[in-house]
Parts: sequence; structure tokens; C-alpha cells
Amino acid sequence: MKVVDELLKNPGAWLKIGAPPGVMVSSRVRLARNLEGVAFPGWAGEEESLRLWQDLRPILEALPGCVAPVTLEMEGLSRVDKEILIERHLISRDLAEKGRGSGLVFKADETAALMVNEEDHIRMQVMSPGLSLRGLWRTIDGIDTDLERQVRYAFSTRLGYLTACPTNVGTGMRASVMMHLPGLVLMNEINPIIKGVNKIGLAVRGLWGEGTDAAGNMFQISNQTTLGEKEETIVSRLEQIVLEIEEHEKHAKARLIQQKEISLRDHVGRACGILTHACLLNSKETLDMLSALRLGIELGLLREWSASMIDELFLLIQPGHLQKVEGKVIGAEKRDLARARLIRARLTGKGVERGRDG
Amino acid sequence: MMCETCGKKMATVHWTEMVNDAVKKMHFCESCAAAKGLDVNNPAAFSDVMLGLGAQKEPAAKERDVACALCHMRISDFKKTSRLGCQACYDTFAEELKPLLEAMHKGNQHVGKVPAHQEAKGTAKAGLLPSLAVLRQKLEGAIAAEQYEEAAGLRDQIQQIVEKVPAVRPRQPKVKE
Repeated sequence: MKVVDELLKNPGAWLKIGAPPGVMVSSRVRLARNLEGVAFPGWAGEEESLRLWQDLRPILEALPGCVAPVTLEMEGLSRVDKEILIERHLISRDLAEKGRGSGLVFKADETAALMVNEEDHIRMQVMSPGLSLRGLWRTIDGIDTDLERQVRYAFSTRLGYLTACPTNVGTGMRASVMMHLPGLVLMNEINPIIKGVNKIGLAVRGLWGEGTDAAGNMFQISNQTTLGEKEETIVSRLEQIVLEIEEHEKHAKARLIQQKEISLRDHVGRACGILTHACLLNSKETLDMLSALRLGIELGLLREWSASMIDELFLLIQPGHLQKVEGKVIGAEKRDLARARLIRARLTGKGVERGRDG
Repeated sequence: MMCETCGKKMATVHWTEMVNDAVKKMHFCESCAAAKGLDVNNPAAFSDVMLGLGAQKEPAAKERDVACALCHMRISDFKKTSRLGCQACYDTFAEELKPLLEAMHKGNQHVGKVPAHQEAKGTAKAGLLPSLAVLRQKLEGAIAAEQYEEAAGLRDQIQQIVEKVPAVRPRQPKVKE
């Protein structure tokens, strides 16, 4: 679809070109909302879902917080287009599985997106590079307030915003920060951190959310509980914890240089070698190698590339994006070939990014 | 890596669990994972299994299977999908939800944002849009007390609410295959 093709011209909402390389990659806040008196999407029928989508669509498109809105209906989107939207964090895998009556309205710069008829009637999210949870909460609070002038939410004074899954009831809010933590992983200190974070009611997930592995040393830290605390309290605690983790990461990096400088340089150098010379690269290996490159940049060992360039590659080497660049649907093995070619071209400035015959 | 249950197929489902503060990792093939009740295509279901939400235990002899007056979801439907049918389900299944909510969250009272339309209504009118559970309870009480006039009024009130919400109709449960 043309609209989806256009997305590839930009690096994605959580990337800031030229920003200093940091531990905090991006922040996100989402709210789950349902309309009063309408069955939740999983229980409603196609007719009701369709009616709700048609009613909501113009309202969402007119939101002041959603300038230059782009609207996509799940029905009729190709597999590759859906993959791209998932990889860019614009939709969830759940929404991609839905058909008629489910859709997405997002701000053209991809910083705000509203899914309709996912697990809840409305799932809205805002995204930005780096750490900016408080700002994001203010933004999404504003969008939510604009919306609630025009619709009536399912709400209980005792349980708050009522959601299809009881795990989201209350604020309906999930705030998360994506962190790049190679130092803690290489120093074998990540597990106690994850355990500690879990203990205080926060969740740790991989790059693409629930059920995904922490490939490329990317970890998503988010609140687990939604009932019994104010949004501001949840956001401040999360912020405080990720700042602490950032400190731990900095210390781990310092120790890495002090105690294991040679193996660190070897680790980064090998990643450079593989990424600039390999002909076949699978997704997992690539993410791990890119992480090593990013680490080299963060520590000033590598100067020829920027962290944001590496972050962009994190996105471009995903199956959906690769297939879009190639211009056709290709299997896993051909993707490995295309992935290696794309990375080589980007990192060395030589060669072509796109295969002529796959 | 091979599946640790059957030892025959490749393990593609990797399950991490916290057991007494220790991280326990398990690796299953897709069919053994399915046999254990882990829905591979629905990662959300993983957490449900951990919380016992999706667990299909033998129904206790006296387990109630009430249906939501608004959307007709039954507690057995909820146990299959781990998702509620509509807002009134929070009332209907309050008994079943209470322990779940306590285990999941930090409190049992919402203290966060309140929508403006709710604030306008005032706090006296607590809770769900049409608090059907409350009405039903009153109805039962009225019948028990043989106050038939009041009971008739309550019955009409319930009927009105259900009719007022045409978007919510009875529906067969949709269970993921």
C-alpha cells in the first residue's frame, strides 16, 4: 500500500538522527479505553465492530493531537504492510490478526497512533526517542481528554477505566522505555537487574514486546500494574528505575573497559568484520552484531558511524522492511542474503542496497 | 535445542518463569507447549497461564456459571478467553475477579484519571453505567421479601437498560483455535 511505502522514507518515531548515543533508546506510553455500553472487541460481532470503527474514525482523524492523520483499515492490508507497521511499533501483532472493523489512525510523523478494535475499543500510544515519559504522559493525557469530550468511556469509580483484560483495568496505562544494555549483558550483571525490576512490579521484555527475546541487548522496561496508583506515580517510579539502570549500565561499561579492554575491542571489531563482509545474515545474529557496533560507538571506539544510523538498521533489517526494500515477498534464506547486502551497503557506502534478482 | 518434554522435536517455545526468586527456563516444541496449555500464537495467554487465568481446572461441584445480563458472557467463556465481554462483566463476575485483581495490582481502588463526563455525574453515582448486578441483587431481595410491586419496577429497570444498549447482543464465544 502506498501509505505504508511512504513510511519507509522516514526513520521511525523513536529515532532521532544525530542524537548522542544513549542507553535510553525510546519511550512509549499507551492508554486502553473502551466505550460505554458496547461489548469489548473480542466479544462483539463484526457488525458492531464495523459500526464502532465508522463512528470513531472521523473523531480520531479530527483530534488536535493527531495532525495530518493517516488512516489504515486492517482489512485489505497485505502481510508485508502489516509486518512493517508492527516493526515500526505502530500496531500490535494482535491488531494485525484482525480484519474488518479494525483499523489504525496515526499522526504522519508516527509519534501518536490510535488503534481501534484491538483488544480494547481504543488503544492510543505516543512515542518519542530517548527518555521522556513525563512529557509523553502529558501528551497522551491531552489526546485522551480531547477524545473524552466526544465519546463516553466505560468507567467505574472503583475500578477506573474498564478494559477487556483485567490486567489493564484502572489507568489502562502502560508506560515503557527501550534501553540498550550491552554493558550489563557482557558483564553478566543483567539477570539480577531483571529480577530486581520484576520484584518491584515492572516487566522486562524484548524489542517487540510481550513474548519476544531481548535480541540485540535491547530491553523494554514497563509497568505491570495499572490499578491502585495514579498515572504520575507509575510514570515517576518507572523513570526513577530506568535512570538507576542507566547508572548501572554506565558502571558496567566502565568496568568493561578497565577489566576486559582487549576482549571488548575484539568483540566490537569482530562485529564490524562480520557485518561488513558476511553474505548471509540472519535476524538474531544481525541484531547482536549491531548491538556490538552501537556499543563501540557509545564508547567512542568507532567513529565512522552514528548510533542513530545503527538504530535505523535495527528497523530496516526486520523481515517486513527488508521485503519492502526488495520490492517483493521473499523467504527466510533470501532475506538473509538481502539483509547482508543492505547492511554492507549502508556501513561501507559501497554496493547496492537492493537486489536485482533477489 | 530439543523439546524437553518429548525430546523428539525442536524446541521453539521458550518459557521463562520465576520460581522462588530463581529464573527457571523451559523449552518445548509447539505440540508439547500446546498440550501444556501455552497458546503460542497468543503471547498474552502466557501471562494468563502464570496467573492461573486461563487454567482449565476441573470445575468444582458448586462453581457458579452466571451469565452477564448485558452481553451474555458466562464465566466459563471468560475462563476460555481470559477476556471480559463488556463493562458489566466486571459486576457480574465480581466474585471471580476479586482474587485475580488483588494478585495482579497494587490496590483495589482506582486513584488515577477520571473522565470529565464521570466527574460531572458526581461520585454519588458510583460505578458501572447500569449497575446491573446491584439491580439484580435488589430484585432478588425484593422477591424474597415478597415486595412484588418493587420487584416489578426493578425488573422493568433491568429490561430497559438491556434494551437501551442495542450494540450488546448475545454472542457465541470466539475461542482461538
